[in-house]
Amino acid sequence: MARTEILTGNYAVAYGAKLSRVQVISAYPITPQTSIVEKLDEFVESGELDARYVRVESEHSAMAACIGAAATGARAFTATSSHGLMYMSELVWWAGLGKFPLVMAVVCRALAPPWSIWSEHNDVLAHRDSGWIIFFAEDNQEVLDLIIQSYRICEDERVLQPVMVALDAFILSHTSTPVSIPEQSDVDGYLPPPGSRRKPFILDIENPLTHGNLTYPEYFMEFRYEIEKSMNSARRVIVEAGRRYGEITGRYYDSLVEDYRCSDADVVLVNVGSSSGDAKEAVDLLRDEGYRVGLLKLRAIRPFPFEDLRRICDGKRYIGVFDRNYSFGYGGILHCEVSSALSGIKVPVQGFVGGLGGRDVTVDNYVNIFKTLIDMADRGVEPKPPLWVGLREVV
Amino acid sequence: MEFRFHGRGGQGVVTASQLLVASAFKVGLWGQSIPMFGAERRGAPVEAYARISNTPIRRHSQVYRPDVVAVFDPKIMEVVDVLRGLKPNGIILLNSPEGKFEHGFEGFRVYCVDATGIAVKLGLYFAGFPAVNTAIVGALARVIGILPLEAVLETISSIWSGKVGELNAEAAKLAYNSIGGV
Repeated sequence: MARTEILTGNYAVAYGAKLSRVQVISAYPITPQTSIVEKLDEFVESGELDARYVRVESEHSAMAACIGAAATGARAFTATSSHGLMYMSELVWWAGLGKFPLVMAVVCRALAPPWSIWSEHNDVLAHRDSGWIIFFAEDNQEVLDLIIQSYRICEDERVLQPVMVALDAFILSHTSTPVSIPEQSDVDGYLPPPGSRRKPFILDIENPLTHGNLTYPEYFMEFRYEIEKSMNSARRVIVEAGRRYGEITGRYYDSLVEDYRCSDADVVLVNVGSSSGDAKEAVDLLRDEGYRVGLLKLRAIRPFPFEDLRRICDGKRYIGVFDRNYSFGYGGILHCEVSSALSGIKVPVQGFVGGLGGRDVTVDNYVNIFKTLIDMADRGVEPKPPLWVGLREVV
Repeated sequence: MEFRFHGRGGQGVVTASQLLVASAFKVGLWGQSIPMFGAERRGAPVEAYARISNTPIRRHSQVYRPDVVAVFDPKIMEVVDVLRGLKPNGIILLNSPEGKFEHGFEGFRVYCVDATGIAVKLGLYFAGFPAVNTAIVGALARVIGILPLEAVLETISSIWSGKVGELNAEAAKLAYNSIGGV
């Protein structure tokens, strides 16, 4: 029987990794590190988790150690956040472009300056092109569930790419809620035996090979094309993994997106991460007032859910995109992606930016966003440059 | 039901919020404990929030319109507006000997618990300061009326073992029983 405990998002990650029977954990224990790796250290120390815990001297080395472990076929895990991820960046790309299946939790935080410890998505999105599968969690249950599913997805022979699970700093990472923890035997039946993976290759002194060596232009592009093929396959594998996960837990995640009351909606807002629940409450409030609005939560942003997005948004009067990130000189990153993905479908797309550096995003904010979209649809106006939600008067 | 906790760094405000939610969970309620982190120092004003509900809670924003406010140190009211957003007829629980705060709370239900006195009497100290948080949660259980004392005591004993657990449970119990007229 699964049991339910009150867990922070950080501990939900740690329990997910433990249940996945990770074999190597590598981490650099300094701010902006989180209690994820502290809890895992406790599990290893107490003997509850049979894993090698490697305390390295930087995030860069943390990822290097994970890559080394994954290269031997071991199940590897690390966690980081904001500046830690940026310091790790070179090796994050190495892991993605080198097809090393491993899982990393990223507690999303704003990058400095000015200094911040609170949530923003630019740290993760700076790595959106690095060959990692990227999930954003809405709540602590989804955090735990995603970690477990991520090992099944990344080790699937059709995928063999690393997975990042993003959770919002404090809003999930330090907030405690009830979380259902699956039975170990169920997870054991769900995941391949740890260390059983033999593809795309494993290091073996009896059969030496080189990997990642200098590659001339006449072969290089094919390596990139292989990653894109994996990403395309991952769409199906993610759905299969989520469906199978539902069979053991009752919690089905059988889509790259979550469609909340979109089917008969006039106006749909696209959102990721922890504020999606607040947005759903806004949808319910407005539905009670007769407004036909819906929320489309993107669970995965890599691979990007083109088909779901186009299917759900087709025929709507107006689409909004809420970004907890910013690309200076352009606008919201997801707004850019959604607009591009919807090209050819005649629907206007308005960008909204908010929640930067942990600025609280409320149900009232979402009510106003939906009302703005309805008003723009009614007046038939073209989208404007991104609207900044909750911005103070500029001082 | 939404809660806001006001205290000072080191008073166990976040722990109190977690304790409340864990206790509520024991009686089948859903909960969410939200700490506010910043550049806290010992003694600086800090806040935490909590929600408890019959159904899973989807929202993750902070609490702006609490049903209940708990004040760990009444002197904090000189620098923080603890009534901010408190719903009409909402509950305010003050750590203070009974009857000391009768004015300025019109339209709210005011309760006092001598959490500091209880901690001192039991010799319950954390890092040299009276540990008031378990008494506050015991008193909260009494004033909100939906949380049995047993759930709080059980949660306390699952967090702290031995003498520390016993003293904290005793503090919650004394606080619970000290409040009349609910």
